[in-house]
Amino acid sequence: MSIRVGEAAQAPSFPDAAKTLIENSQLRRNVRHATGVIRAKRDRVVEELPDWQELRNAAQSIKAHTLQYLDSYLLQFEAACIAAGGKVHWAADADEANRIIVGLISAHTEREVIKVKTMTTDEIQLNPALEAAGITPYETDLADLIVQLGEDKPSHIVVPALHRNRMEIREIFLRKMKLKELGTKAEDLAAAARTYLREKFLRVPIAISGANFLVAETGSVCVVESEGNGRMCLSLPRVLISVVGIEKVIPTFQDLEVFLQLLPRSATGERMNPYNSIWTGIATNDGPQEFHVVLLDNGRTTILADKTSRETLACIRCGACLNACPVYRQTGGHAYGSIYAGPIGAILTPQLQSMEHSQSLPYASSLCGACYEVCPVKINIPEILIYLRKIVVESGQAPASERLGMKMAAFALANSSRLGQAQKLVRIMQKPLLQDGVIRNLPGMLAGWSATRDFPQVPQESFREWWKKRGKR
Amino acid sequence: MMLRFLQTFEDAEIICIPSASCVAMIRDHYPSIAAETGDSKILRQVEAILPGVFEFTELLVDKLGVTDVGAFYPHTVTLHTSCHSLRSLHVGEKPRRLLQAVRGLNLVDLDQSDQCCGFGGTFAIKNAEVSSAMLGDKTRCILNTGAEVCAGIDNSCLMQIGGALHRQRTGVRTVHLAEILACTESGGPPS
Repeated sequence: MSIRVGEAAQAPSFPDAAKTLIENSQLRRNVRHATGVIRAKRDRVVEELPDWQELRNAAQSIKAHTLQYLDSYLLQFEAACIAAGGKVHWAADADEANRIIVGLISAHTEREVIKVKTMTTDEIQLNPALEAAGITPYETDLADLIVQLGEDKPSHIVVPALHRNRMEIREIFLRKMKLKELGTKAEDLAAAARTYLREKFLRVPIAISGANFLVAETGSVCVVESEGNGRMCLSLPRVLISVVGIEKVIPTFQDLEVFLQLLPRSATGERMNPYNSIWTGIATNDGPQEFHVVLLDNGRTTILADKTSRETLACIRCGACLNACPVYRQTGGHAYGSIYAGPIGAILTPQLQSMEHSQSLPYASSLCGACYEVCPVKINIPEILIYLRKIVVESGQAPASERLGMKMAAFALANSSRLGQAQKLVRIMQKPLLQDGVIRNLPGMLAGWSATRDFPQVPQESFREWWKKRGKR
Repeated sequence: MMLRFLQTFEDAEIICIPSASCVAMIRDHYPSIAAETGDSKILRQVEAILPGVFEFTELLVDKLGVTDVGAFYPHTVTLHTSCHSLRSLHVGEKPRRLLQAVRGLNLVDLDQSDQCCGFGGTFAIKNAEVSSAMLGDKTRCILNTGAEVCAGIDNSCLMQIGGALHRQRTGVRTVHLAEILACTESGGPPS
């Protein structure tokens, strides 16, 4: 098996990556600004809906039910999709998915494909696989185009180029589109992208997409987007290949009414996506005449097998938890070393890799709960983070210094006399460290604290001692 | 530690806890930890003890129906609403109402008050840089209020925020809400 999540297995740990990124003042300003704008929009349109909490509950139940019977719903989807003229392929891991897709394209003479924004193809690293097979992929989503032309990595599930500002994007376009001049307004940049892409939409006859939802009942595939590039890719080419994680299936067409209210409001703060494309197999002489769905596992069934953290798979990739996360807003997405960043990335990335890589991610959170509060499908991310930390500790992967510290704490906190002794000991030990009543330099692994924060001294009298002395009144 | 807690407070009618995150630990996690032990006696003990567990402001406002405790505190104060008090306990306006009733106290609003201060327990050590960056945003908002005191109901947050305010020699200090409520015209809290 070659399960992988982009390049997450080779990425540096979260603290190491974050250390460098938080020094980048331009990046921090860009991320703070963009997440601030999206959050404000989201809050406004969520407040409008009196039944928001009911919608969240409904979405949570639909997802929990679907995950419980995922095998049957996938088979139902497969049958319905085939009946409507589509072809369904099953891929156990990233390599198999890439092999299938390269094979499907190679059956044609064309050596180019246009792509709709899809995180799943970043997960399996499809673009490098295509390039290795002599096939050129063109990203058509504006942000993905910026990332592709800038030879960059996505930093957000919904807004992959969120870490870039307009001037940086202008510079990338000037250089990579070989333009002589380009204005500085957003409209100028959009116009340049449109000119660059329009020619490809009209020329390239094979498209690759992901999907937001698969409908088991009808065999339909649903993609929502804001730019219209998706609609072009889904309707103009002769051949369409959709790469979809197996968790994206929902039982009935009517279930879409819940998710199509929750997703746009949570993701971009829009009441409805400007473009909602839903198609079922092939329509004769209208749109693609060859349609494939590649159903991707790549670690998902391992998560499904764990009842405690299974709800991770309920994610609809709205990105609201990233925008709400105070950690993400400091570091941006690249610190997570995965195409899935932020709180959802911190639980999804290590689990997809069977907890064998990315073990620093469950710790990349202060457990403030802002992610859970905004999640449209009510994934209890803080609880799962704690659960994953437990797995890291129990499998002996926690650092030795941390294990020792926890052992000492457990010993001292076991009963009140030990705690009293420990307090007395610390009172003596802290003496050489005290300066003006506080500790300015802590030793060892605690040095990170005192690099920016003074530490209060342990009081000369504990609460218990004070209470005892005070006596009963 | 849970077993020890259950044993220590078995006979207590009311357990008042001056820390929202400790209350959240007991309310949100003890039932599932107890269930994990598979011992129905422990689960029953947890269920019996939970109704008597109160966060400090919950006890005053909800249980005792008190918002004015007769305190006097002639300072400009802003309030840090900690994550667990906000999202787990839903204490809402309780700390504010208690502060508003204090004579002499000038309460000023804190911008982005729902934002985490960056403490997060081991997070402050394991991810010290990011924790400090989050704390930077928090102290900037506090300093912008012009307050001389930042009050809160979680000592862990107050230690984090106070540590930076002290390091930067801002002259702003952190104080637990209980310490403010204990101050009267005749002086500070009893020693």
